Formats: sequence, C-alpha cells, structure tokens
Amino acid sequence: MTTFEMRKEYFADERPEDLKEIGRPTIRQDILGHVTGRSRFYDDHLFDGLLHMRCVRSPHHHARVRAIDASAAEAMPGVRRIVRSGDVPKNLNTLLSLLGFGRDDEPLITPETVGYRGEPVLAVIAETEAAARAAVRAVRVDWDVLPHVLDVEAALAPDAPIVNSEYPNNSFDYHDRYDHQKLRFGDVDRAFQGAERIVEGRYRMSPIEQAPMETCGAIAVPESNDRFTCHTSTQALFFSLATTAKLLDLPSAKLHFIGGTVGGGFGGKVDSVVEPMSVLGAQLTGRPVKFMWDREEEMQVGAPRGAEMWDIRDGLDRDGRIIARRFTGYFDAGAYTRLSSYAVVKAVGHLPGPYTIPNVAANVYCVFTNRTPATAMRGFGITGVDFAIECQMDRAAEAAGLDPVAFRILNAYRDGDMKAHRRLAKNTALIECCQVAAEKAGWPLDGTALSQSSLSGGGGARASVPETATDGEGRIGERRRRALPAEPLAGSGPRGRLPEGTIRGSDVAAAPPQRMDMGPGSGPDLESFVVPPLPAAPSPATGPVPHQPPIAPSTAASSPAAPATPTAPATPATPAAGDSMLAARLRRSRFLAGTRRR
Amino acid sequence: MTKTAVTFRLNGAETAIFVDGGQNLLDVLRRGVGDLSPKYGCGQGGCGGCSVLVDGTLRLACITLAESVDGASVETAAGLADGPRLHPLQKAFMEGFAAQCGYCTPGMLMAARALLDANPDPAREEVVEAISGNLCRCTGYEPIIDAILAAAADLRGGAAR
Repeated sequence: MTTFEMRKEYFADERPEDLKEIGRPTIRQDILGHVTGRSRFYDDHLFDGLLHMRCVRSPHHHARVRAIDASAAEAMPGVRRIVRSGDVPKNLNTLLSLLGFGRDDEPLITPETVGYRGEPVLAVIAETEAAARAAVRAVRVDWDVLPHVLDVEAALAPDAPIVNSEYPNNSFDYHDRYDHQKLRFGDVDRAFQGAERIVEGRYRMSPIEQAPMETCGAIAVPESNDRFTCHTSTQALFFSLATTAKLLDLPSAKLHFIGGTVGGGFGGKVDSVVEPMSVLGAQLTGRPVKFMWDREEEMQVGAPRGAEMWDIRDGLDRDGRIIARRFTGYFDAGAYTRLSSYAVVKAVGHLPGPYTIPNVAANVYCVFTNRTPATAMRGFGITGVDFAIECQMDRAAEAAGLDPVAFRILNAYRDGDMKAHRRLAKNTALIECCQVAAEKAGWPLDGTALSQSSLSGGGGARASVPETATDGEGRIGERRRRALPAEPLAGSGPRGRLPEGTIRGSDVAAAPPQRMDMGPGSGPDLESFVVPPLPAAPSPATGPVPHQPPIAPSTAASSPAAPATPTAPATPATPAAGDSMLAARLRRSRFLAGTRRR
Repeated sequence: MTKTAVTFRLNGAETAIFVDGGQNLLDVLRRGVGDLSPKYGCGQGGCGGCSVLVDGTLRLACITLAESVDGASVETAAGLADGPRLHPLQKAFMEGFAAQCGYCTPGMLMAARALLDANPDPAREEVVEAISGNLCRCTGYEPIIDAILAAAADLRGGAAR
C-alpha cells in the first residue's frame, strides 16, 4: 500500500478529497493568540536570573585583531562573563556542512581576521542589557585595518584582497575544483555566428534586508536534566539545533529547541547564529541567557539577500526567436558562504528561464567580498536572475521590433520541450499567463499570440537534447575564470566591435543599495532604510511613467516610479519597475537618491 | 541604581512596581509586570510594535519613560478582550486575515483602538493615517485597513452580532 493510499484510508474523514481552498477565506489556526497578544514568540518567555549577551563587533570591513583588552569590561558591575573565541569548542562551521556541501569557513566568534563590518570578536554576558552594552563599549580592540573589496568583479581580480582564507581565490569551489557552476546545452558560439541580432545587457541587484518585525534572537536555559532548552526565532529549528550541536561539540540529545512562532522571517532567520551563542552563554554561566539582536544589528549584520550581477547575451533569428543565450552570473556571498553556494546551483538549474532556447551556456560564480554574508530570502537564487531575464526579454523584444508580450509567447516553453538542464517541460503555462495578464491589463495582442497554447506545438524537435559543444580535449569549457576567453564582459568597459544589430543594455538596478558604506553617524535603523510603509498616492512629480510594461506584477517595490504596494513588502523590485525607471529616463543618481527616506 | 516606585492601572488593574531611572515602559510592561503583548521591534519609536494607550492616548512604550506613567491608566492589547468576549477589532482581524506572523498585531490593534475611540466612523484615509506609524512586514496593510473599517461598522451597529 502506498503512502497516498494510506492517507486516503486512515484520514478519509479528516480531509475532503475535493480539497478546494484557494480563493476562499479561511481562519488561521494561530490567529486567536495573535489578536489577543498571547502568541508566544521566543522573547515571550520570562526567566528568573536571565542574563543578557552582547557582542563586540568590527567597525571595519576587513581587519586583523592585534589585541583585545577586556579587563575594564570584566571589572564592571553586573558583568558575569567575557566570552572569547577560544570558548567556542569547535569554532568553525559552514551552514551546509550538514548536507556535506562546502568547507567550514566561518567562526562563531572570530579569533583573528574579520571579513565584514559587524563581525563579532568577543561577547559579554551581564545582568542587564544596559550593563552588557556598557561593557561592550569598554572593550578595547587594537585593529590592523586591511584593504577590503566590496565588488564581485574587483574581488575576482588577481590582486584582490583575500576575503576568506578557506577560499583564497575569493570564489566558492564547485565540485572541489571549479570556481563556477556551469551549464552547457547545445553550442552557443556557433549559434551566435548565425544570429540575425545580438542583444546584450548587464543587470545588477543590490542586497535586500528581510527586515522582520521581530529581530533574530534566542534564550537558552540550563535544565535540571543536564540539557539546554533554547527558545528561538529560527525558521529552521532542527537545522539550528544541529548547527549548535556541531559548534559547541554537544550531542544533539542535550538540546531541546522550542520555536515555530516567528515574528517574520522571509529567509533571514535560517543562519543559526543566535542559538549557539545563547546556548554557549548558558553553558558558561549556568543561567538563562538571552542573545538578541537589536534593530541596528538586524539591519547591519543580519544576512540579507545577496547582491547579484548578470551579463546576458542573446542571439535572435530573423523571426525573433532566441536561438542562443549566454549567462555570466555573479552572486555576492559576502564574507562567508552561508547559503550562497546553494543559491548559485539553484539559479543555474533555473536557466534560461521559462523559454525554449536550443543553445544555452552559463558560468555562474559565488564570490566572496567584504560585505555582510548573504543568505536566503524568498525564492533566493531565482529572484535576481529572473529580474535580469525579464529585463533582457523586454530589451530583446524591442531590438526585434516585436511586442514584448508576443515576444514572450513566441519564445515560451511548451509541454514536451526539453529544458536546458535536460528535463522535459510539463504543466507549462507561461503562454496562458501572458494571455490572461494582457487581457486584464487591456494590452492588445495579435491573433497569432492569442491563438497559441502551452499544450500544443511543443515536443518533437524541441524535445531533443542538442549535441553539447566540446573543446579539443573533450571538455565542455574552462574550469576556472582565468581560462575564459579574452572578450570583456558586457558593459565592463571598452570592447571590440559588436555584430550588426547589437543592442547594448545599460546598467539596470533592481533595488537600491541598502547597506555598506553608509556615511558616518547614519546608523542602520528602520527610518534610514526603505521598509515599505503604508501605500501612498503617487505624487505628480513621480507619477505614472509613459512606458509601463504590460505584465507588470502588482508587487513592485518602493521606488520613485512605482509606489510601494502593501501586498508583498518583502519582494524585491520587479523587472517592470526597473524597466519603467529606464523608460522614464530617470537618471541613476536620482534613482539612488530616492533610496533613503531622509 | 536608584529605584522609583510607580503605580498605574494596567488594563483596569492596580499595578505597582519599582523601576530603574531611565527604564522604558516597554521593558517594565514586559519584564517587570509580565504583560508580553507589546512587542520590541526597533527600540527607536520607528515600528509601532510597542503601541499602548496611556490615559487614552496612543504612545510608543519603547520611548516612554516608565516613571512618566505614574498615576496613569495604561491599556495594552492583552486587555482588549472582555474575558472570553473578543473586542470587535479582534474579531475583525481574525475574520479578515489581518494578521499573519502576528508580531505587529498587538500594536496595530492599539493604534486602531485609539482611532475608533476618537472617531467611530473613520474614512479609509483616516484609518491609513491612524496606523501610519505601525509597520507590518507580512500581512500587508490592505486586510488590516479593511478589518479596522469592519470593526468600526460593527461597533456602530451596537450589540454584538
């Protein structure tokens, strides 16, 4: 008997088989606690003798600790314990080591060299939060400030500062020996030679802070049975438990994690930093210890969605079909791997987007820079490259002189087509989505576009796996970046003549930079970042732009041209918003000027 | 550190507690008195998660000195319901899916309560203005605005439905 049949048999009375809940209002099972203020978030547990733990953090992007003098802090009233890097039993980890992916590269409390601003080098445990803050201020650190790098291309240059000693090339090692994740499908170079038009663009996306209302934190409590209970804000309870067990060299049976009621996460609460810190504190003091980020820490050291940069080159035939597409992608991991290595794998599996293109190539890098380490956020690995792809689609449609929706329908994948990662497409619906969106937007489509269907026209020749081009050694391409062809990257500076019909995209930014290099005194708080507040009517000066792409989703993020909508505030700027900006000819400087509320 | 005795009514109940100089009302409510309904979101008066009423006026507990509520009446989301009977705002938030993670909800409810106490028949724009100091990151504001308008209508209708 299969699992499915068992479910039907044993739970037949509990769930109707014709489960139809979408579109119907339903009452959340936890909402009574929410509206009465009784839902217990991690910090809604009270303990006698609770101690407070806070970190001494690096004010520099990249620096070496020469010496730390905590003697004054140690002697302050209310201070119970100074926690040093040597107090962490196994002070090196990488999050995905639980899956055997990547090498341990990040300490919990850094012993010597910090790779990002805000990296912890010491912790203080005190009777009150105020005492802990005062003690942190009293710690003297002698810093040897090192050159830093905040840009992915600069980080990959041969003379770049080494960000992460485990990865001295500033790039994650895939399959132990490659500095990028690769995709090859067909032969893009040959296809480009036969293309009618070449369209290129470079697309950038800045880091985005998840900005949950509840900051990250945990309270660890020593129990009488020689175990530790940990109340935590985590989105990943068992992941955090196992990470804590590893860093503290404890059997997982000694840990009892309680969570699940999370005050907003959006991916920013999976990194398992606060839990090992609080359990370590409880171990060292024998008392309940709270380790809670304040808002400034949440915004500065809380791992954001990382920055990305994509170069896309398309080859189009006479009819406007994309016959070749090449990607070079860069994920900015910040100083440590966290989950960015996985995001790259996920992104490459997503290429070339929901389109059937017979020749696809991609080299995608997970790059270390001296920025805050990046992590998960809503669809991470996919959202950035989708922004790039859809901007590129608009640009390519324009180059081909085609309607942007009709152009998407022309190139859309259909049931039975072979995707670039060699799986047959099924349950495809891009064509129908385009048709419905166009209808709802009042966007006229011609008869050809309206008559298409995802259910027909696919498969056949479109189901075949093209022969993959190999070099003289039988390889499908270079192993490392320095072996790449000499051709400069799109938009990266002077370059050779481009083929006739080439359209070059200018830089398109999806979202304003939200961290790093803030001026002195501009502490990261909710006021100085764009956290979408209530919707406001667009002012006349920044009102509707003349060219609004027809399939603009309704969730465009806050920007001068696209007022914030409240329905999905954690979703990054959409391609439509980015291209609207371009179309409105808003200068980049003005775009950036709009990113701060004051 | 010098302790100061502060007495106030919390959701109608007489309450007395010693507070430290400079201690804020949010900390005193949560750790001192044990009313965990107001939430810490920023500690800077920027998010509205700690919204409470002090003598009927909407205040941010994280930037209100605890000593300043001596002799006052403080109301929090924990006191909205009358025993098992929910306030119309609570019912409307439940039925209208106006809470997702629930972290901003207690503050949002108190901002809405302050509005409806002063203005039983607010226009939509007035609801928007009333909760403009309260950030929400997952529910989205539209269901919250709808729920507040529904509660206002319910309250004007008098007896519970």
